[in-house]
Amino acid sequence: MNMASVKKTLFDPLFNNNPIALQILGICSALAVTTKMDKALVMCVAVILVTGFSNFFVSLIRDYIPSSIRIIAQMTIIASLVILTDQILKAFVYDIAKEMAVFIGLIITNCIVMGRAEGFAMKNPPFISFLDGIGNGLGYSVILIFVAFFRELFGTGKVLGFTILKPISEGGWYQTNGMALLAPSAFFIIGLFIWALRMWKTDQIEA
Amino acid sequence: MLEHYLSLFIKAVFIENLALAFFLGMCTFLAVSKKVSTAIGLGIAVVVVQSITIPVNNLLYNYLLKENALTWAGIEGVDLSFLGLICYIGVIAAIVQILEMALDKYVPSLYNALGIFLPLITVNCAILGGSLFMVERDYTFTESVVFGLGSGFGWAIAIAALAGINEKLKYSDIPHGLRGLGITFMIVGLMSLGFLAFSGIQL
Repeated sequence: MNMASVKKTLFDPLFNNNPIALQILGICSALAVTTKMDKALVMCVAVILVTGFSNFFVSLIRDYIPSSIRIIAQMTIIASLVILTDQILKAFVYDIAKEMAVFIGLIITNCIVMGRAEGFAMKNPPFISFLDGIGNGLGYSVILIFVAFFRELFGTGKVLGFTILKPISEGGWYQTNGMALLAPSAFFIIGLFIWALRMWKTDQIEA
Repeated sequence: MLEHYLSLFIKAVFIENLALAFFLGMCTFLAVSKKVSTAIGLGIAVVVVQSITIPVNNLLYNYLLKENALTWAGIEGVDLSFLGLICYIGVIAAIVQILEMALDKYVPSLYNALGIFLPLITVNCAILGGSLFMVERDYTFTESVVFGLGSGFGWAIAIAALAGINEKLKYSDIPHGLRGLGITFMIVGLMSLGFLAFSGIQL
């Protein structure tokens, strides 16, 4: 395996083949945890690790699972990894884990994890699958962080808890935009992101 | 008492719409929203699966997983709730599979109509999300039946409406980069804005 293919597997999903913007995978959780940057960051780390390791383990046993029960085998691997993540987050960042509530559990049904396990890890050796998982996790993170940045900035005038635009309520000048914290804004921001991405890379059109 | 359930139902359908307020089931939501007829088929499948899996998971949680839930079997002080995720997803996968086989045997026409959508539903986050919300909010068995029906129904309405709008948009002149997924997101955003108007309704 050469460096070029390693690099391609790892960084292609960032913009060229982004799981959210092009493959339409994993949108559910992308939107729900983006009201604040810290939640989004925790979610990103969780998804990157789960996707990477699930790809790795699925790829390890890919020659031994009969194709008729492969979905449930993949599910079991993914679910175990998510339970691990959930327990670890509860142990170390309890407050954030509490706020994210059901959305950690929902990584199980995050289509990125399942989609990459089924689409890539079933056909490729472990190491490159692991990289593919990490890469797709990163592609997901790019969008998540982008959306969370704007939602937190416009909604509260802060980023990661630091005040950037001083809101009127604290004696500043910025009128906070409450809608940025509600559901619709997430849709608009992702829509605009996809628009911008497709103006830049005009060959992108989903199947 | 009836009022309580009615209010829960309305809340699950409109105010806390799984798709538009909690972003659940988005992947299938965006992928299968080109034609109204298929969207309605998928919607019905979700309602059916949702209203079976949530009550079943409710029983599972209350009698097996919750802290001290195993008292009926004579085992005290055991908390298995960390096994929740894997159990719920197992139940969902199993029920979808059973439903598929049962429909194939007894109602082949419905099976043919729903056929391709049923397996998809296992990985629909709306289904697992529904079960997780049920656990988090500590619903009783009856409440979980109502919540299952309501949340599935709300999701079905949302996808049918989106497919309708998409059909209408077929011939409109959309900026090039926005075609396809981009404009769908905008529409869903506007729909979600519309559904926000329901918040605050009290029965």
